[in-house]
Amino acid sequence: MDLLTFTTNFADQFEETEISAFTPNTNYKELEEWSSLIALSIIAMIDEEYDVSIKGDDIRSAETIEDLFTIVKNRK
Amino acid sequence: MENNPFSLKNKRILITGASSGIGRAIAVECSKMGACVIITGRNEERLKATILEIGDDKVQYIIANFAKDDDVLALCNKIEDLDGLVNCAGLTKVLPFNFAKPSDFKEVMDVNFFAPAELTRLLLKAGKIRKKGSIVFISSISGVLCSAPAASIYSSSKGAVNGLVKGMALDLAPKGIRVNCVNPGMITTDIFSDGKIMQEQLKEDMKRYPLKRYGKPEEVAYSVIYLLSDASSWVTGSNLIIDGGYTLL
Repeated sequence: MDLLTFTTNFADQFEETEISAFTPNTNYKELEEWSSLIALSIIAMIDEEYDVSIKGDDIRSAETIEDLFTIVKNRK
Repeated sequence: MENNPFSLKNKRILITGASSGIGRAIAVECSKMGACVIITGRNEERLKATILEIGDDKVQYIIANFAKDDDVLALCNKIEDLDGLVNCAGLTKVLPFNFAKPSDFKEVMDVNFFAPAELTRLLLKAGKIRKKGSIVFISSISGVLCSAPAASIYSSSKGAVNGLVKGMALDLAPKGIRVNCVNPGMITTDIFSDGKIMQEQLKEDMKRYPLKRYGKPEEVAYSVIYLLSDASSWVTGSNLIIDGGYTLL
C-alpha cells in the first residue's frame, strides 16, 4: 500500500474540503468538515480497501493522515 | 402480592438473546416475577452467567446461533408449550450507507429479522404458543421513529420488525395471541463493543436525552414484563417507547 493512494482514499470521504487540503501531514481532526460520520466512513473505507479493521481509538490517537496510514500498514 | 396483574407466575417464557444485555435482564426480571424462563443464546458460558444471576439452576438453557437456519429449527424442536416469547437476539453493524453492501444487510437482517420471524412461525405452527399467549419483539426507536449516523442497516432491520409485529398481531388475534414491540432508545449494553463508536461520542450522545442518561437493561425488561403479563391483555400490535424522552425533541 502506498501513502499517496491512501491520502486520496482518505480525501474521498469528504464532500466540501478542497482536495489540496489533503497531504500526508494534514491534521485531519482540525478540518472544519471533520465529523463522527466521516470518522465512520474512514473506518469503513480502510476495511473495504485494505481489509484492516481499525477502531475509533485509532482515529483518535493518530493526528495526521500519515499516522493513520502507518497504523493500517502495521496491521496488514 | 395477591391478585397482581403484572405477575408472571406459572407462565413459561422463552427469551432469545438471553446471554447478554437486554435479553439477560429480561430473563432475570421475568424470573423474579415468577415466570418459568427458558433462555437461549450463542454462548454457553454467558448463558450460564445469566442462570447464575437468576439464581435457579433448574432454568433450561438452549444454545442457538440465529445466524444459522438449522439452529432456529432445532431450538423450536426443543421447546415445549409457551405462554410467552421474547425475541431479543440482535446485533448491529455500524456502516455509513455508502459502504453498506447487501451482504452487510443480510448479516444483520438474518439475526434481527428473519430468525425471530421464522422461530415464531415454527413455534406457532407446532402449536407451542398457547392461546392467550404473548409475543414481544425488541425493536428500537431507530428505524421506527428516528435513526443515527451510519445506522441504516440496523434501522432497516428494526423497521422491518416493527412492520412484522403489526401484521402478526392481526393474523394471530383470532387465536387470542398478542404481539407487541418495545422500542428502546440507547441502552447501556456492549452492543458497540467493537470500538468503532468512541466512549466520548456516547457520552456526548447521552446529553441529548431529556432524562440525561442512557437506559438500563432492566428498564426495558419491566416493559416486557407488562406486555407478557395479563395486565396488557387488551394490548396488541402496539409500540411501547422507552427512550428517556429522546424522540420528543
